[in-house]
Amino acid sequence: MRRLWNTFSNGIINENPVLRMVIGMCAPLAVTTAVANGFWMGIAVIFVLTASNALVSLLRKVVPAEIRIPIFIVVIATFTTVADLTLKAIQPDIHAKLGVFVPLIVVNCIILARAEAFASKNNLLYSVADGLGMAIGFTLSLLVLASIRELLGNGTWWGLQVFPQTFEPAIVMILPPGAFVTLGYLLAGLNVLTGKTEGTRGT
Amino acid sequence: MNYLAIIIGGILINNYIFSRFLGLCPFWGVSKQVETATGMSLAVIFVMTMASGVTWILNRYLLERFGLNYMQTIAFILVIATLVQFVEMVILKVSPVLYQALGIYLPLITTNCAVLGVALLNITEGYNFLESVVSGAASAVGWSLAIILFAGIRERLAFAPISPSMRGFPIALVATGLMSIAFFGFQGLFRGILF
Repeated sequence: MRRLWNTFSNGIINENPVLRMVIGMCAPLAVTTAVANGFWMGIAVIFVLTASNALVSLLRKVVPAEIRIPIFIVVIATFTTVADLTLKAIQPDIHAKLGVFVPLIVVNCIILARAEAFASKNNLLYSVADGLGMAIGFTLSLLVLASIRELLGNGTWWGLQVFPQTFEPAIVMILPPGAFVTLGYLLAGLNVLTGKTEGTRGT
Repeated sequence: MNYLAIIIGGILINNYIFSRFLGLCPFWGVSKQVETATGMSLAVIFVMTMASGVTWILNRYLLERFGLNYMQTIAFILVIATLVQFVEMVILKVSPVLYQALGIYLPLITTNCAVLGVALLNITEGYNFLESVVSGAASAVGWSLAIILFAGIRERLAFAPISPSMRGFPIALVATGLMSIAFFGFQGLFRGILF
């Protein structure tokens, strides 16, 4: 039970894909112009990552090692299509705003990385816990990023006016440069909080 | 005129890194040196141009014809993965020198979201075959421009006195943000003339 909890919480805190591992960055930066967009993107990723981890785990004994990557990609692409069509049906406005980034979940490094590094080696229960944890960690970091950007860039949170009308929003925050700068300072802030002085990777 | 708009739009205005957020993983992954960034760029230009053409044909003559549009994502990613493998084999056979230069970057491209992104965007924009290929090439050139410029900055950053908590990804992200602001200047440059 303890191990199961550790597997689950690993993705949320220690190995948070966006804020700790810094992988699969395209969608987090692109869709976080508003909290609602980030939330629905997160829901789509929770579904795809959990479902693909589960299926990859069930298939792990029958998949030949040489062609495992193409098979994983087909599994992920199938669930991505399901998520894409479902989102289009229940949230057409959000789907239009997320645009190409919903089908692009299929090439998000996090999902293939978890299939390859975790689900192909562990049983169903742990794979689902890992998928859920990673995806929830992903969603939470999207919400944090989107909250900062929407509050400063638009003065609202999930469409609700937070700052008084006299507040002059900094439009740059919801434009592409704001995404990079916000995430950069967020990561730097986390480094200060955790007392970590070296970057996770790279120079 | 339309082609000029696609080319300038792809390279400068809707730059894949700075404005569309596509292909960011290799952008930070292989931009530590100008040399590796150039190698990756050549591979990306090659694959994105070919993928644009191939996925356009696939979409028009197979998916649309048989009403299989919902299979788009699966079909495109499989075709791109196969294409990358095929390109790798052809280059190995035709030009071992080029293979030496591009070899290690090619497998990485399958998971580069810029490739699938350009294929999907070409369909969304409703481009014809030639426009798709031009848009694929232009976007890839824009991506290359971004990564080579950034690699130059990063080589300097490696020796810059940076506060410990900003080292690594934070400073890379902030630098990308500043470059993005610079590229933002192109937004208004051609407005009214081309669009």
